[in-house]
Amino acid sequence: MLKRLFINLLLVCVGADLYAQATFPLNGVQDQRLQTYLFKNATIHVDAKTVLTSSWLLIQNGKIAKVGKDFDYPKNAIVQDLDGKHIYPAFIDVFSDYGTPEIPRTRGGGFGETRFESPKEGAYAWNQAVKPEIKASDIFKVNAKTSEELRKAGFGAVVTHSQDGIVRGTSAFVSLNTGKENEIILKNEVASHFSFDKGSSIQTYPVSLMGSVALLRQTFFDAEWYSKGGKEKERNLSLESFSKNLSLPLVFHSRNVLDVLRADQVGKELGVQFIIKSNGDEYQKIDEIVASKASLIVPVNFPKPFDVEDPLDAERVTLSELKHWELAPANLAKLAQNNVSFAITTSGLIDKSQFLANVQKAIESGLDKSKALAALTSEPAKFLKLEDQVGTLKAGLLANFLITSGDIFDAKTKIAENWIQGNQFVINDLNISDIKGKYKLEIDGNSKLAMDITGENDKPAIEVIKNDTVKIKTTTTRDKDFLTINFKMSPSDKGVIRLSGYIDDKGIRGEGRNAEGKEITWRAISPEKSAKTEKADTTKKADKVNAGKILFPFTAYGNLEKPKSEDLLIKNATVWTNEKDGIIANADVLVKGGKIAQVGKNIAAGAGIKVVDGTNKHVTTGIIDEHSHIALFSINEVETVSSEVRQGDVIDSEDIDIYRQLAGGVTTSQLLHGSADCIGGQSAIIKLKWGEAPEKLKIPNAPQFIKFALGENVKRGNSATRPNRFPATRMGVEQVYFDAFQRAKEYKKEHEAYAKLKSKAGVTAPRRDLELEALVEILDEKRFITCHSYVQSEINMLMHVADSMGFKINTFTHILEGYKVADKMKERSINGSTFSDWWAYKMEVKEAIPYNAAIMTKVGINTAINSDDAEMARRLNQEAAKTILYGGLTPEEAWKTVTLNPAKMLRLDAKLGSIKAGKDADLVIWNENPLSIYAKPEKTIIEGAVYFDAEQDKVKGESVAEERNRIIQKMLEEKNKGAATVRPNTRVRPSEVHCDSMLEFGGITVEEFENQQLLNNHKH
Amino acid sequence: MKRILKYILAAHLAAVSVSMAQNPAVGKASSKAIVISGAEIHVGNGTVIPNGTIVIEKGLIKEVGASVSNIPADAVKIDAKGKRVYPGIISPNSTLGLNEIASVRATTDFSEIGSINPNIRSLIAYNTDSEVIPTVRGNGVLISQATPEGGLISGRSSIMNHDGWNWEDAVLKADDGVWLSWPARVTASFDFATMSRENKKNPNYANVIRELDGFFTQAEAYKAEAGTTANIKLEAMQAVLKGNARLYIQVEKGKEIIDAIRFCKSHKIKYPVIVGAVSSTLAIDAIKENNIPVLLPTTHRLPDNGDDEVWEAYKLPAKLFAKGILTGMYYNESYWRTRNLPFVAGSAAAHGLSKGDALKMITENNAKILGIDNVVGTLEKGKQATLFISAGDILDMMTAKVEKAFIKGAEISLDDKQKRLYKKYADKYGIE
Repeated sequence: MLKRLFINLLLVCVGADLYAQATFPLNGVQDQRLQTYLFKNATIHVDAKTVLTSSWLLIQNGKIAKVGKDFDYPKNAIVQDLDGKHIYPAFIDVFSDYGTPEIPRTRGGGFGETRFESPKEGAYAWNQAVKPEIKASDIFKVNAKTSEELRKAGFGAVVTHSQDGIVRGTSAFVSLNTGKENEIILKNEVASHFSFDKGSSIQTYPVSLMGSVALLRQTFFDAEWYSKGGKEKERNLSLESFSKNLSLPLVFHSRNVLDVLRADQVGKELGVQFIIKSNGDEYQKIDEIVASKASLIVPVNFPKPFDVEDPLDAERVTLSELKHWELAPANLAKLAQNNVSFAITTSGLIDKSQFLANVQKAIESGLDKSKALAALTSEPAKFLKLEDQVGTLKAGLLANFLITSGDIFDAKTKIAENWIQGNQFVINDLNISDIKGKYKLEIDGNSKLAMDITGENDKPAIEVIKNDTVKIKTTTTRDKDFLTINFKMSPSDKGVIRLSGYIDDKGIRGEGRNAEGKEITWRAISPEKSAKTEKADTTKKADKVNAGKILFPFTAYGNLEKPKSEDLLIKNATVWTNEKDGIIANADVLVKGGKIAQVGKNIAAGAGIKVVDGTNKHVTTGIIDEHSHIALFSINEVETVSSEVRQGDVIDSEDIDIYRQLAGGVTTSQLLHGSADCIGGQSAIIKLKWGEAPEKLKIPNAPQFIKFALGENVKRGNSATRPNRFPATRMGVEQVYFDAFQRAKEYKKEHEAYAKLKSKAGVTAPRRDLELEALVEILDEKRFITCHSYVQSEINMLMHVADSMGFKINTFTHILEGYKVADKMKERSINGSTFSDWWAYKMEVKEAIPYNAAIMTKVGINTAINSDDAEMARRLNQEAAKTILYGGLTPEEAWKTVTLNPAKMLRLDAKLGSIKAGKDADLVIWNENPLSIYAKPEKTIIEGAVYFDAEQDKVKGESVAEERNRIIQKMLEEKNKGAATVRPNTRVRPSEVHCDSMLEFGGITVEEFENQQLLNNHKH
Repeated sequence: MKRILKYILAAHLAAVSVSMAQNPAVGKASSKAIVISGAEIHVGNGTVIPNGTIVIEKGLIKEVGASVSNIPADAVKIDAKGKRVYPGIISPNSTLGLNEIASVRATTDFSEIGSINPNIRSLIAYNTDSEVIPTVRGNGVLISQATPEGGLISGRSSIMNHDGWNWEDAVLKADDGVWLSWPARVTASFDFATMSRENKKNPNYANVIRELDGFFTQAEAYKAEAGTTANIKLEAMQAVLKGNARLYIQVEKGKEIIDAIRFCKSHKIKYPVIVGAVSSTLAIDAIKENNIPVLLPTTHRLPDNGDDEVWEAYKLPAKLFAKGILTGMYYNESYWRTRNLPFVAGSAAAHGLSKGDALKMITENNAKILGIDNVVGTLEKGKQATLFISAGDILDMMTAKVEKAFIKGAEISLDDKQKRLYKKYADKYGIE
C-alpha cells in the first residue's frame, strides 16, 4: 500500500518543473518539491566495470549524492526498495540531431547554370557548405515526441547538431528531460562537426566527394591564415568560428568504412584527430581501423533482410550486400575484440524502439556486455569531455540513470524507469503482476475448460482450451489488474463470448456475456507457473558459427586472405623483356622479395622458391594504363581550375573493375580526373593490389601528376545550351591557362619573399592556396601534366602557353591528332598516350586515325595506348596489337605501348615496365602471344604476389554462387519467420565511365549535369 | 599578280582538300574471270580448304575447291599463296551510313520521332559517301545492315554492300525486316533522393505490350479486307506478317524474351530474330525450343553486375553455340567500331568457341539470320563473289591484313580517309 502511494506521488511529480528557471517570473505560488530520493537494495552498475550488489543510491537536487550501502541519509528522502532490480547510468547519444531543424532537400541552381556564389547573406564563408558559425544551441528546440522515444530507449541526454554541410558548426549537450530549452541545454559548443556532404547547399561547388575533401582542407588553411593576421584583409565570421571550434573535440560524419579511413587520413594530414561517426561496416577493414587509432561513434542500424523470393529480384542484390546483412551485427564485437574505442549511437535507426534490441543482437554476436555498457555511457562522455556531468553513477554527476528489471542486455529485461536529473519517467510499469501460466477455467458452470496465459505481463496472450485439446485464440486486453477476454467457443458460433474480470492472489474472476448476450460469471483458478524456455538462444548462437567470412575487398571475387608476395621461379617461358634482349624463348624469370632477381636461361631454383612451369607460355611485365577512371568515387569537379582536388582522396578499393583489369593483365593504372575542366585534379597512380585498402594501392613516392583538358569537354561543346561557365570557346581556354599560371607565379613569388624574411614578426604569412600550390609544383617540375587533347590547334596552343609561362607538358593523353604535331611534341620531349582506333564519335575526333600511335612512335615520341574505359582496359594487349595492323609497328614496339612506354611517361620506368633484375616483379603469364586476340592471362602478379589466377577465378566464381545461395536461403528463412524485409535496390556503378562522367550522379555526363544542375542533397 | 597567284594557289589547295575528303571510286566489275589460287580458303561454314582456288565470273563464285577445272584462259590470276580468303564479313544491326559524327545531330539519321514507325526505311538515308564506310571495309567487313533505332517499332532495315555510287546501287536487300524494341519489365534509373540507382518495375509494361498486340492485330486484319483506307504503317507490316521479312526484336532479359516469343507465336511471325545479350537459362531454353535465331551484341561489354563472371560476355557465343542455337553477332556500340567485328568474333574464339565457328558466326550465320544466305555469307559456288584476301588470320588483329577485297566480283579500293591522312603525315615526317 505504501509502495503504491509512493508511485502515485512520483507520477504527480513528472512534468513539474524541478528547477524552474531562476530568471523567469512565476505565475502562482512557489511549488518546490522534495528532491531527495534513496534507492535501496539494487544492483548498481556504477560504471561498466563496477557493479555493486544490494546497494544504495542517494540523489539530491538532480545530482547523485552517494552510492554505497547502509549510509546515513537525510530524513526527508523518499525511499524506494529496488530489491532484484538494477540501476545503470542512463545512455548518452553523442551523434544526435535531436531538436535541430529539418534539413531542406532543395534542388538548387538554375536550369543550365552553374552557381558560383553562396546565397547566404552576411560576412560568412564563400561556400554555403562551410558554416562553422552554426551553433546547435542557437537552433535547438525541445521536441517532446523525439525526447520520449529516446528516453524509452534508455537515453538521458544527447549531443545534438545540425547534420548539414561540410563544416557544420558546434553541437550542444542537451537533456532529455521535459522543460524549457533554458534548462534542457546542459552545455553549449560541445564539439565541432564535419562531413564530406555538402547537404542543402545549392552552390555548385563542390559537386564531387573529392571536391568536398578539397574544400575542407582549404578551409583549415584559410582559418589558420585568418587567425594569424588574415583578418586584417578580410572579415570572415565563418573562419573566426572555425578556428575557435578547433579547440573542441572534432567529430566527423562518415558514410562508409572507406569514408572513415578517408576522414582519418585527411585529419592526420591537417594535424587533427577526428572522432568519427562510422556506419557499422568497419569490420570490413578492421586492420586499417585499428591502425587509425580513431575513436568511433558506431550505429546499430543493421540492414534488414532483402526480399529475395523472386530470383530475378535476388539477382540485383550483390554479394557484399548479402554478406553485410549477415555480418553487420558482429561489427561491434569485432571492434571490441580489436580494442577500438567506440561509442554507440542511435543515428540512422529510424525506429528508436529497436535500439536496445539491436544492441542485444550485437551482444549475441559476440560483443562483451561491459564494453556495450561503456559504449553507451562512459565512452561517449569521455569522447566529448562530458565525464564531469554524465556517463557513470559517481557522486556529483547528474542523476541520470535507469532502473531495470534485470540485466539491461537481456532480451527479457525491461526498463522500468528512466530518471533524468532526478526526474522520474516511468517507462514500463513493472509492478504489474505476473499472471502467466495454465488455469482451470469455469464459465457459467462449464468446468471442462482451461486457459493458457503467455506473452508479456502487460500484454498477455490467452488461449482457451476446450476438452483438453481444442485451442481457441482470444483477443485480450489488460489494464493493470483488469482483464477483458473475447472469443468464440467454436468457429461456427455466431456470437462472441465476452469476459471481464479482475486479478487477485487466487486467480482471476469476473462476469461477462455469453454468445447470446446472457449474463454469466466465470473464474480461472490456480495457475501453475510456466517453465522458462531458453531454446531460442542456442539457435542464434548456431547461426553465428555459420556466418560467412570477410573478403578482401568486401565484394564478389574478393580474397579470403590478402595475397602475399612469394619467391617464384617461372621456368621455360617465352619472356618479353622489353630490354635489349628482346623476346627470349625458353627463358626463366626469378622473383625474390617482390622484385625481379634474375632473367635468363636455366636459372636454378633455390630453397623455398616456388617453381611455376612456363612451358608454351609467354611472360611479360604487367600492363600499365596511363588513363583510367576505375576505382574512384569521383571523376570530375567542375571548377574551370580544379587543381586542388585529388583523385587520391577518393579511391574505391572495392571496385570490381580492379579485378576485371587484373584479369586482363593490368597491374598499374593512373587514375585521372575527368575532362570537365581546363585544369583538373591531381591523379593517383595505383597498383591493382586487389584486397588492399586505398592507401596501400597507391605507389609510394610515385611522381605526382595532374590532369589538364582541352577541347569540346571543357568548353561544353556538346551541351544542349550554351553554359554560363567560362570558357565556352577554345579562345577562352588559352586565357584560362595564361591567367592560372600568371597567378601561380605571383603566388610563388609572394611565398618565396615571405620565406626569405629575416624577421617575420608582424608580417602576415601569405595564404596557402591549394589550387595555386599545385600549379607552382608544375612550375617547379614537381608535378607533371597529362593533358586530354584532340585537335592540333589547341595542342599547339598549350605548347606555346607552356613555353611562354615556363612550364613543361609531360604527356598529351588521347592526343588523337598527335600525328599532326608530332614534330612539335618531339622537340619538347612530350609523351603521347592515345587510343588505338577511336574516332568519329564527335567533331573533334573527325580526323583521328588509328595510325596515330605508329606515326608518333616512328617520329620518336614515347607513345602509349590507354583505355579511358574499364572494358577496354582489360584488353589493352589487343589495343596494343592494333598498332601492328595500323602502321606496322613491330611486336616489341607494340607491346611497349602498354608497358614500358607508359612506365616512362609516368616516370616509373626505374621500377616498372620491363623484366629486368631489380625492377618490381609485376608479371603476367599468358597462354599465348600476348598480342594475339586469343591470349588470356593465366596469372597476374604484382610484386611477387598473385592477384589474379585463372584457375582460382573459377573457384571464386563458384564460391560467389554458393555464398549467395547460402545467405539468400537464410534471408528467406527470416522472411518466413516474419522479419520485415526490404526490396532489393541496385547501387551499380555505371559501366560506361569516361572522362566526362559524374560518378556522384549515377555516371551522367558533366554536360547533362550542368543542364539539370541536380544539386540535391547527395546522401548515400 | 600576287593576289591572283594566291587565289590560284588557294583554289588548287581547295581542290586537293576536296579530293582528299572524297571516298574512292566504286569498284568496277571485271569483264574477265578472276582466279584466286593457292590460298587457305575459309568457306565461312566452318570448313577450311588448305590450298584452294576460287574462280569468279560475272560477279559470282563460279568454282571453289582444292582443285578447280574450267579456268578460262584469259582469267585474271591472283596468286594468294600463304594467304587466306574469307567471305565478306556481315555486320548486322548497324548505323553505319546513317551516322557520320555521333555528337553532331545534323549528321545523324537513324532515329525518327514517334513510337511505332514500321513505315520508316533506313535504306534511303544510307549515305554511300560516308567517310566511315571505307574504314570498316578495310578490315573485311563488306556488308552491313543499316538499321533504324528508337521508339517501340523503329522502322525497317536494309542490307547494304559497302560499295556503290548511291543507295540504289549499294543495296543488297531492301527492307529486310522490321525492328521492334521490346519494353523492359524493370527499369533502372538514378534516384536523386537516395543518390543511388534504383530498379523500378515498369508500370507501363503491360500497356505497351497491349499496344503492340493491338497494332499487330490491326496489321493482320488490314491485309484481310480490300478497300480499307490506306494506312502506311499497317501496310509496312505486311512483309513481316507474310513471312517475306524478318521481325527483329531487341530484348535481353529472360521474362521479356519469353513474352516476346509468345507474342511472335500468337501473331504467327514466321521469321522472328532475338537481338540482344541473351543470358538467362530460362530464355535460352525457350529460344532453342522455338528454333529462333539470336544476334548477340559485341563481347566487348562489362558484366551487368559486380557478382557476374568477369568474362561472361566473352563466353556467351560459345554458350549459345553449345545449345545449338543459330547465333550471329553485331557490333553496334558505335558504327565506326564495326570494323572490330572480326576481332570480337576472335575474342569469342578465345573464350570457348572454335575459330571456325567464330568466323561462321559473322559470315554464314549472320547471312542466314538476315535471310541473305542464298547470295552471300560463304564461299560457295553460285554465291556473290563478296570476299577478301588477308595476309593472316582475320579474327586476330595481330595478323589480320586485308590486301584485296571484292564486292559482287568487283575489286574495291581499300583506300580510306584515315589511310590518306596517314600517308600525308608519313610524307611530312619522311617515315614509312
